[in-house]
Amino acid sequence: MDDKLQKPFYALLGVVTLGLLGWGASSAGAQGVAFGLFTALTLGGSLICVWERSVVRSAFSLMGTFTGVAGLFLLLGADFLAVAQILIYVGGILALILFGVMLSPPDLAERKLSRVLGGLALMLGAVAWVGSKVAGTVTWATADVLPEPSTKVDEIGVGFLDPEGYVVPFELAAMILTVALVAAVYIARRKASDLTDPRAEERA
Amino acid sequence: MDFLQFNPEVDFKLLLAVPLIPLVGYVVQIFFGRFLPRKGDWLLTAGMFATMCITVLMAAKAISHGFSSSEPFFHLSKDVGMSFSWFYQEGKDAADPLNMTAGLLYDGLGAAMLAVVGIVSFFVHLFSTGYMKGDKRYHIFFANISLFTVAMLGLVLSDNILFLFVFWEIMGLMSYLLIGHFSHDPSTPFFHRWATWASKKAFLTTRVGDCCLLIGMMMFWQNFQTFQFTELWRLTSEEVARNGGEWPQWMTIAGLFIFGGTVGKSAQFPLHIWLPDAMAGPTPVSAMIHAATMVAAGVFLLGRTFPILSPDVLAIVTATGAVTALFAATIGVTAFDLKAVLAWSTISQLGFMVAAIGTGGIGLVAGLFHMVTHAFFKSCLFLSAGSVIHGCHHEQDMRKMGGLRKRMPLTFLAMGISTLAIAGIPMFSGFYSKDKIIQAAFMKTSLEFSGAQAFACFALPVAAALTAFYMFRMMFMTFAGEYRGDVAEGHGHGHDDHHDDHDHHIVHSEDGGIAGGHPGPVPHESPLPMTLSLLVLATLGFLGGKFWLADLDILAHSKPWFMKLVSPEKMYPGIELMNGYGAQVTDAMLKSTYDSAHTWAMIISLFVASAGIFGAWWIYGPRLRTTGQAVVRWTWTIVCLVLAYLFGVPLVGSLIEGADTLVVVAAWIIGLGLLGYVLMRTTKWIVGVFAGLSRPAPENIADGFGELYVAVANKYYIDEVVDASVIRLSMLASKFLRWFDETIVDGLVLLIGRINRSGGGVSAWFDQKVVDGAVNGVGALTQTFGFIARLFQTGRIQQYASFAVAGGLAVAAWLLLG
Amino acid sequence: MGLGAYIAVSAVLFAIGVVCIVARRNMIYVLMGIEMILNAANINFVAFNRFNGDAMDGRMFAIFVIILAAAEAAVALGIVLNVYHLFESIKPGDADLMRD
Repeated sequence: MDDKLQKPFYALLGVVTLGLLGWGASSAGAQGVAFGLFTALTLGGSLICVWERSVVRSAFSLMGTFTGVAGLFLLLGADFLAVAQILIYVGGILALILFGVMLSPPDLAERKLSRVLGGLALMLGAVAWVGSKVAGTVTWATADVLPEPSTKVDEIGVGFLDPEGYVVPFELAAMILTVALVAAVYIARRKASDLTDPRAEERA
Repeated sequence: MDFLQFNPEVDFKLLLAVPLIPLVGYVVQIFFGRFLPRKGDWLLTAGMFATMCITVLMAAKAISHGFSSSEPFFHLSKDVGMSFSWFYQEGKDAADPLNMTAGLLYDGLGAAMLAVVGIVSFFVHLFSTGYMKGDKRYHIFFANISLFTVAMLGLVLSDNILFLFVFWEIMGLMSYLLIGHFSHDPSTPFFHRWATWASKKAFLTTRVGDCCLLIGMMMFWQNFQTFQFTELWRLTSEEVARNGGEWPQWMTIAGLFIFGGTVGKSAQFPLHIWLPDAMAGPTPVSAMIHAATMVAAGVFLLGRTFPILSPDVLAIVTATGAVTALFAATIGVTAFDLKAVLAWSTISQLGFMVAAIGTGGIGLVAGLFHMVTHAFFKSCLFLSAGSVIHGCHHEQDMRKMGGLRKRMPLTFLAMGISTLAIAGIPMFSGFYSKDKIIQAAFMKTSLEFSGAQAFACFALPVAAALTAFYMFRMMFMTFAGEYRGDVAEGHGHGHDDHHDDHDHHIVHSEDGGIAGGHPGPVPHESPLPMTLSLLVLATLGFLGGKFWLADLDILAHSKPWFMKLVSPEKMYPGIELMNGYGAQVTDAMLKSTYDSAHTWAMIISLFVASAGIFGAWWIYGPRLRTTGQAVVRWTWTIVCLVLAYLFGVPLVGSLIEGADTLVVVAAWIIGLGLLGYVLMRTTKWIVGVFAGLSRPAPENIADGFGELYVAVANKYYIDEVVDASVIRLSMLASKFLRWFDETIVDGLVLLIGRINRSGGGVSAWFDQKVVDGAVNGVGALTQTFGFIARLFQTGRIQQYASFAVAGGLAVAAWLLLG
Repeated sequence: MGLGAYIAVSAVLFAIGVVCIVARRNMIYVLMGIEMILNAANINFVAFNRFNGDAMDGRMFAIFVIILAAAEAAVALGIVLNVYHLFESIKPGDADLMRD
């Protein structure tokens, strides 16, 4: 049954993508097309990730999500953040996840389609319901004319080091990174006792 | 000579060092002894050597001072600064009786006693390095014997009775540990049990005496508020003088209690029972207990407390001593154990000392003098016995000895000299002191007749005769005749390998020491440290009474050294003794009685000694019939010479009393030679006479005495009597108390318990039904909710995440709908 | 495009991330779901920043979130490997030693 649903799923994804692109083009022109493309990339990647049976495919599909989010950052004028997103997520975290995939056993039987589809229906339904409620009642104070987005990278560096700004969270983040990395190394390290080859005992 | 001058500053430190050196040695030894080379015996022996040197030096100072003046040597304690406060209380007057000081009291008696203890202890240490070799607890033994010596040295030096008591108790403890030395060695089962039992017996028996001493001490303190000897003497004499010469009753009772301490420690009747069993300890310990330390302490106490003992007490002292001397001597006659003979002889000799002190006057000095000479020859005797036992592979039964004279010549020499000394043969130290004791008894009786004194006059010479008898019996059985022990075939050995053998004896006597020496090699002489100690002590036993080689005054017409050093005037300076002779006894009477008593005492003591020796030879001596004619002649010659000497010398000496020394010596030699010649010429005749008489075998004599012999051999059943009376009574009392405890006391406790229990039942019902019900109800409720809550706690993080999301959505829904 | 479009994308991404965490029986998926949720949060930060005066605050927060995500990923991966070593499994339900 799984294999039969594979094609309809991807077909549905293609239709949704086309719909998104069309809706973007009709509402905001070229920028709308770009928005539809990145949205399709983000949501499609994550949907494939949930859907796919193989962890490797899921991990690679996640690359689409991260790239899409980076594109959305570009659209929002956050160039530096988009680059950092690509560098850290696609280059770092995704590689890390792939290592995890490689170091753990494959288990192709663990996916229950009913659970995935049920969960998706439930969650998307909930989101749709909340969205419909919110969209009708809440108004966000948004500027009518958006200012030119700042593209200077040095503003971020100044923000980090400004005593009025984010110097304390910055230092804390540095600390957390250091500790977390040391802790990660410590946790993942194999103990000396584990390094003995069990076959050596058998031979003896 | 300068260095013999008394110098308080230096001498105080020297005297303090006397007990401190062995004490430091003890502390080092007990903690580190086992790690030292040779297990540390050299350390303590060297320490004791230093101590001995100091004591001898100080004794030399005392003698050089005491001979030249009638003043006491020095009598220092509180006033002169040879003391320190040890129980000082702030806020109390320095003269308060509770601010106690402890100091050194060092007079002629202390000097003599200290030197004796130092010398004997050193040689016992030296002897032990050979005798105890291979013992499993060698270092502990040395530590203990060292502390034992410390206790005696401290006791002699104490200037107050409280400190004396402290050291007295330390000595009691150490005697317990030392007598029980073998109780830790399960490889000798017999000693193991015997030593355990004997050490307990010694400790508990002397404890009775210690309690008495404590009570007596406290009675005096309650009345005089002081423990200082000098103060006690002075206050007593003032109190009696104030009372018009009458002694208060409490003082007599307190004096009796103090004498009780002596009875326990010096093994007087009826608390003597511990001393014969004290030989369960190693022989050097016996030598210490019997000679220098333990039993001497009791006599020394009498010497220190003499002025506070009332005449009634002294009469009891004399009677006790005389009884002890006589009955212990009779038991000594029947003993077959080598050390038992010596043990009973010690008790007998202690009886002599105590009886003499009870007579007062010269008797006091004579008793203390006998304590000193006895220390020399008895330590030598015990060490010789140790040497014999050592040589005979831990055989102690004299019936299995014999013929050791040739095999152990040095031991024979030392033991022979000491035996002559204890038997009271002139020239040997024991003669001078025992002679004086009998003289004192005669004097006291003739001047102030009383039942106790008369009994002493009878008992002491008889005891002296028996002493000579059983001592020579011992000598004949041990050294004469043929060796009667088992000799293992083909196990002969030379002198070279006997060192290995020593280890063998002590460690591997599986069948238990005295109970049966196993067949071993033939007896052999002991190694050098042992024989050296024997010979030195034998020399002191020979010359220790009176150094007659210097003046050839063999019969002691002039005073022996001890009597020059110690006299009542020098011992108790400035104290008027109230317990001496009554006012009706004048100095002239004293003087005339002194001379006549001296003559009679000498004649009688010589007679009893020779009679005892002859009797011993008659029964136990070598059988002439069984040996060749040459041996008969030779033995008889010796006997003739001894008899000639015993009877001829005093005769000549007393005939020409007052003549020139040279003349005396010449007359002595000529008389001796003449008598010897005459007797030798008549040998054949005399031998014929004796050969015609059939000499009885010892067994027949014993049978002749019948029940009496059995009673004596069983020590008059005193142990049995004590067992049946004191111990059985204690057991009955404890059984009754146990019944009382179990029935009455426990019954009461149980009753209260039952009441409590029924009260508790009500309380328990309330507790179980009401309180517990409430608590359990709450618990059950919690459990129910917990069971429900537990359904959600699956431990699956994904479920938790679902719950979190559901919660978030619920909140959102509530916000949107609410 | 307006703010609502971005928020909608972020919401849908969040929903998919939650499904990813809850529905799959593999710890790696849990990790990936967490990354999706963080990304969804980041989109919101940046979008609100953009449409509320572009004052940098949102962007800075997004950067901190990325930093924490990186740290979290490293530690979580170490945990996953250790869990696999201990339980021979990376199913979240199997690591249940602390249960009961």
